[in-house]
Amino acid sequence: MTTLIDLQPPAPSPQPDGDAPRTIRKSLSLSDKVFRSGDRAIAAAVLVITTAIGSFLGYQLVPTLHTYGLRFFTENQIIPSENLLGIAAGVIGTIEVAIIALAISFPLALCMALYISEIAPPWLRGALSAAVDLMAAIPSIIYGLWGLLLVAPHALYFSRWLNEYLGWIPIFHVQGGDPRAATFNLASYTQSPFIAGVVVSMMVLPVGCAVMTGVFQQAPVGEREAAYALGSTRWGMIRTVVIPFGRGGIIGGTMLALGRALGETIAVLLILTENFDLKLRPLEEGGVTISWLIANFWGDVSQVQLSALLAAGFVLFVITLIVNTFAAIIVSRSRSGAVTEI
Amino acid sequence: MNTVATPAIDAASTQVYSANPAGARLDAERVSAWFGTHKVLERVTLSMPPGVVTALIGPSGCGKSTFLRILNRMHELVPSAKLGGQVRLNGADIYAPDTPVTVTRKRIGMVFQKPNPFPAMSIGENVVAGLKLNGARASRTDRARLIEDCLIRAGLWNEVKDRLGDAGGSLSGGQQQRLCIARSLAVSPDVLLMDEPCSALDPTSTRRIEETIAVLRDQVTIVIVTHNMQQAARVSQQCAFFLAEQGTPGQIVEAGSTKEIFEQPRDPRTADYVHGRFG
Repeated sequence: MTTLIDLQPPAPSPQPDGDAPRTIRKSLSLSDKVFRSGDRAIAAAVLVITTAIGSFLGYQLVPTLHTYGLRFFTENQIIPSENLLGIAAGVIGTIEVAIIALAISFPLALCMALYISEIAPPWLRGALSAAVDLMAAIPSIIYGLWGLLLVAPHALYFSRWLNEYLGWIPIFHVQGGDPRAATFNLASYTQSPFIAGVVVSMMVLPVGCAVMTGVFQQAPVGEREAAYALGSTRWGMIRTVVIPFGRGGIIGGTMLALGRALGETIAVLLILTENFDLKLRPLEEGGVTISWLIANFWGDVSQVQLSALLAAGFVLFVITLIVNTFAAIIVSRSRSGAVTEI
Repeated sequence: MNTVATPAIDAASTQVYSANPAGARLDAERVSAWFGTHKVLERVTLSMPPGVVTALIGPSGCGKSTFLRILNRMHELVPSAKLGGQVRLNGADIYAPDTPVTVTRKRIGMVFQKPNPFPAMSIGENVVAGLKLNGARASRTDRARLIEDCLIRAGLWNEVKDRLGDAGGSLSGGQQQRLCIARSLAVSPDVLLMDEPCSALDPTSTRRIEETIAVLRDQVTIVIVTHNMQQAARVSQQCAFFLAEQGTPGQIVEAGSTKEIFEQPRDPRTADYVHGRFG
């Protein structure tokens, strides 16, 4: 699992004169043995639990596909009474909200991380780091209420402004929300994926920011000083040393944030109103995400429909797994994730 | 300017090989330094004339690296660092409020103990990294000429001319250090400070760097910190011996021409140190 290519040379075959590599047996003390087996058991439990969750969710695909066939992936509506169930709208909505969240949180997280690691005076650094960590500790229901009651009423005007000036681009268009109408049709702009994305962006910002700050702070002092000694400004040093060194952390942190944004449930459930249209108009009212579907419907569905909702969860699990795996690969391949040379 | 305690040497009293050496005159006057409340350097006065390699010698912890870092304002990068006194480049105080720190550091370059090429850049890009950092624009041909010129001066051209596009980190330690010298030269400094540039290198690489220093002596004022007495004797024309005695901040015990310091030191402590009796 750790190496794809085995770089070890083949073991030499024994020579006639008895010159062969000898096996070295390590003798472990009792405490070492106990510690090692305890550790192994815990590590194994993590693997077992993750695999069990994955296979349990994956297994739900069997009854689901048996009942709904491939329409499970292409159908956009969920109407339990008509046994109509599909995740197309959920997948699109999930990706839509996640992309909006990243588009907002990525530049903020990057600037915040650079400020904390490079510019802030030392006494402020700790306080800012703690504040960012605290953002991650706020329960998502609070974020949801904050978004619904405080952000949404103001974000509407920004949505309308975007629609007014950029509405000719399809993704900024809002149907029924003509900004030049005599009265401002508020309803067309409320509870949209855009507002959900704004709220989710605040929730994922600390993840990205913490990873980036950690990596930026590890940029080698030698290279920083080399840049300064050449007459560099602070920005020049950041551009030449810190950002190239931290590239892995920037990408990895963003991917981790994306992973979290994809699965965010309660805040999205509070903000988004049901709308199964396959639309790519995030400023417009309504939408659904996969986690929204599961949280909203699990109480009033039949057994096979519940399996289908869990199978939708499996799809989300796979998407998140892919994103996180990519993040891990990128972080470990970059220099910032590896051991410093020399 | 000459004081009794730390006599400064000017170019005239030293053996000078070039009639009109390039480079600038660097004068440190009554320079003290602190880290927090801990004083590490006590009123150091030293003149570093052009055309002369000045070696700063002394045991570990005597403040010579701190002194060197004060000469191009690297000292102030350490949060608790403070300093007193003046450093003058051709007569102008480099710590004057109207002198931008970036201009000072560009005119007074530095080579560090550990080779530190930018790993994300190729060999060629490393050489001209200073231009990019200073926002200077140069045409492709100018840049190519500058790369060649600086690598020749740093004694690295023949080894890398066919692989300028390779990563800077692909070179050996000694080559990396010469690449760092070339990179410093590319912003045309008047002074080049070297902080134990050979301490991480093997003897062959050390010899190459010393040859490079000999070539550069007439082009730029060189100040070098070294722990290696033979190296100080080989490359420098003037020497300053730093010492921090038990609990006191470091200061210059004796400064003078290298010949004098090694052959007829006035202070017994200098004699003991250069003859390897302590340190």
